[in-house]
Amino acid sequence: MEWEDLIHNVPSGSSQGASATGDPSAARIPPGPDGSDEGRAAQRGGRFARLRERLSKSRQALSAELSASLFDKLDEETWERLEEALIVADVGAKATAEVVGRLEQEVVSGEVSGPEATRERLIELLAELAGATAPRIDLAETPTVIMVVGVNGTGKTTTIGKLAAVLKERFGLSVIVAAADTYRAAAIEQLEVWAQRSGTEIVRGNSGGDPGAVVFDAIAAAEARGTDVVIVDTAGRLHTHDNLMEELAKVRRVAANRLEGAPHETLIVIDATTGQNGLRQARAFAETAGVTGVALTKLDGTARGGIALAIAGELGIPVKMIGVGEGVEDLRPFDAEEFARALLDE
Amino acid sequence: MFDQLSDRLQETLSEVRSRGKLTEADVDKAMREIRLALLEADVNFKVVKRFTAQVKERCLGAGVLDSLNPGQQVVKIVDSELAALMGGASRDLAVASSGPTVILMAGLQGSGKTTACAKLAKHLGDDGKKVGLVACDTQRPAAVEQLVTMGKRAGATVFEQGTDRDPVEIAEWGLGQARSQGIDALIIDTAGRLHVDELLMDQLVAIRKRTKPHNVLLVLDAMTGQDAVNVAESFAERVEFDGVVLTKLDGDARGGAALSVKAVSGKPILYASTGERIEQLERFHPERMASRILGMGDVLSLIEKAEEVSDADQAAELERKIRKQQFTLEDFLTQMKQVRKMGPLQNVLGMMPGMGKAMKQIRQIDVDDRELDRLEAIILSMTPAERANPTLIDGSRRKRIARGSGTTVQAVNQLVKQFGQMRKMMAQLAQGKMPDPAQLMKGMR
Repeated sequence: MEWEDLIHNVPSGSSQGASATGDPSAARIPPGPDGSDEGRAAQRGGRFARLRERLSKSRQALSAELSASLFDKLDEETWERLEEALIVADVGAKATAEVVGRLEQEVVSGEVSGPEATRERLIELLAELAGATAPRIDLAETPTVIMVVGVNGTGKTTTIGKLAAVLKERFGLSVIVAAADTYRAAAIEQLEVWAQRSGTEIVRGNSGGDPGAVVFDAIAAAEARGTDVVIVDTAGRLHTHDNLMEELAKVRRVAANRLEGAPHETLIVIDATTGQNGLRQARAFAETAGVTGVALTKLDGTARGGIALAIAGELGIPVKMIGVGEGVEDLRPFDAEEFARALLDE
Repeated sequence: MFDQLSDRLQETLSEVRSRGKLTEADVDKAMREIRLALLEADVNFKVVKRFTAQVKERCLGAGVLDSLNPGQQVVKIVDSELAALMGGASRDLAVASSGPTVILMAGLQGSGKTTACAKLAKHLGDDGKKVGLVACDTQRPAAVEQLVTMGKRAGATVFEQGTDRDPVEIAEWGLGQARSQGIDALIIDTAGRLHVDELLMDQLVAIRKRTKPHNVLLVLDAMTGQDAVNVAESFAERVEFDGVVLTKLDGDARGGAALSVKAVSGKPILYASTGERIEQLERFHPERMASRILGMGDVLSLIEKAEEVSDADQAAELERKIRKQQFTLEDFLTQMKQVRKMGPLQNVLGMMPGMGKAMKQIRQIDVDDRELDRLEAIILSMTPAERANPTLIDGSRRKRIARGSGTTVQAVNQLVKQFGQMRKMMAQLAQGKMPDPAQLMKGMR
């Protein structure tokens, strides 16, 4: 999975910026000579290795729970250990029961047999849970407005900083970030630092000001200058605070009134350390803000982020990108299979 | 899930009551419910395993299964075992014998350290202490600015040297400043770090060594999942934290992570952050958390809050009036103001027993604080005589009140009518009858 697989309808005349990236690994890999995806597959292997290394470098080996030999013997204990492994990964009791139940049934019925096939089938089932179709972000509109929402402290501002850098450097797009978190002290300053780093423009209001006005101004500025993408940073809020959620709905309405169809994309940022409450968060934000995707952050710790599977499975909101570190290159497009494998620490 | 655990247990076990006795299989069924509920609440799976084994043993023990209401008995056992797991009475911060009491705050990124620092500063400041804050988060963009702004709001002195110096040196310098300025409590804010980040963990250890804090507090997000235990274990190993500050408890997370951390590390939770406002940090009461988790409400916290905002004489007078149904709209206004001092209505209602289920409906019908503003406006537009005796309010008075409060005659009518119902209900309450919460809510609207 490359950024080009996630981001579609990139405005034309902007691809020349792609080569300007400083990260050699970010260069596009063309399809193999026979038109096959071999080249990309090889690249994927490399990517995968890197992600796996990132994800597992410090994790206590799950091998105790899920050793390579787990499926050698298929008995009650196997299913129990598998269940535990998924629970530990925060996949949640319900989704875990579904996946393990299905796998067990397929093994019992003889549809799947042998340790290797069982393991692969498990990966498949988990990947299916994450989403049947490949996630995409569409940039057909100019400007495309991407709104970023979530509870406090999940990494919204950081994710926006990285995403702006990717759009600018890799795709050569012009980006305006809108500092609509007017509530948290120094949130605007934090976004400003990120904007400086990535060389993107920022539209800001005053601390304590109206977030809707900031979004309005940002879209107006983007239209006037022909900017490709507007990314809106919103204040972190707990989904249980109805007044704050209502404020978010209002910001959304302001965007829609200013530009038909905006926001075109609404990402909820979920911290990988989040437990089952993530499901409630996603549900509440989906109701209020029409969430279209998940950005799963902080996967570089020991948390596995299984809650993203529960969210995708239960609410049908696909994971679109993941954060695996502090650097700009550590924001990655989401790959379901890769993620499923990493979840089991293969 | 969790709000109904006690109900679900009751249900599971009362089904079989008609058969006379509970069997071990019934208990196993109940344990499965408990296991699921605890896992949904993010209690660490190892803790869950141990816990259900213990509860089962007690349930199979003397007398429980033959008792009249085994369902209630099991809920009681679960409650007391949960309380035991959360661990004993609440604990205070360690205080320096001389010089500033130093408190080092540590935690993952985004757990809410900076906000917790400012809230703790406010909390200690309200206790009459002179509080200082040191800005050692040189990592996150604008973290220093955030602490400066919030520290000012908390009325604390903020010691900062920008982001170019080494955090270890800033901490030491801050401590020197605090000593010379006669600061009572010094709170050190540090950068959020992953517990697997060796470099940053070393830095934290160095800050600890140089400043010799009396308290090291781990800031933990109440929404954390199974990973909480790994985080706590790593931080315990490197910086030997003394206690936990639990943040974002105003969400609907069950806080199973907190329970697990206590169970695994043995470190108590000292404070809980319960809202956006700077004064919304509370002492944590472990013995009350179990009931809250089980959906039994948090009556003790509610009573304490009520005590904070009202005085005893007033309360006694009010009780007398309620009993005699002499409660007036004037009293209602006073009460409403006091309740609102306790925080947003949703928080207050959440602490009431039996409200677990009702809260869901309440969220739908939306207890709107603005609604209360309207009620206040209506009452304020009445004359003292009208407030004392609402039957005075006739058609023309209604019109006047509606005009004065910017509402409608219907709204005034409704208030007067509901007040009458409420007065009756409150008298019942005072006589020890618990009215139906849904009924009560209707009265309040």
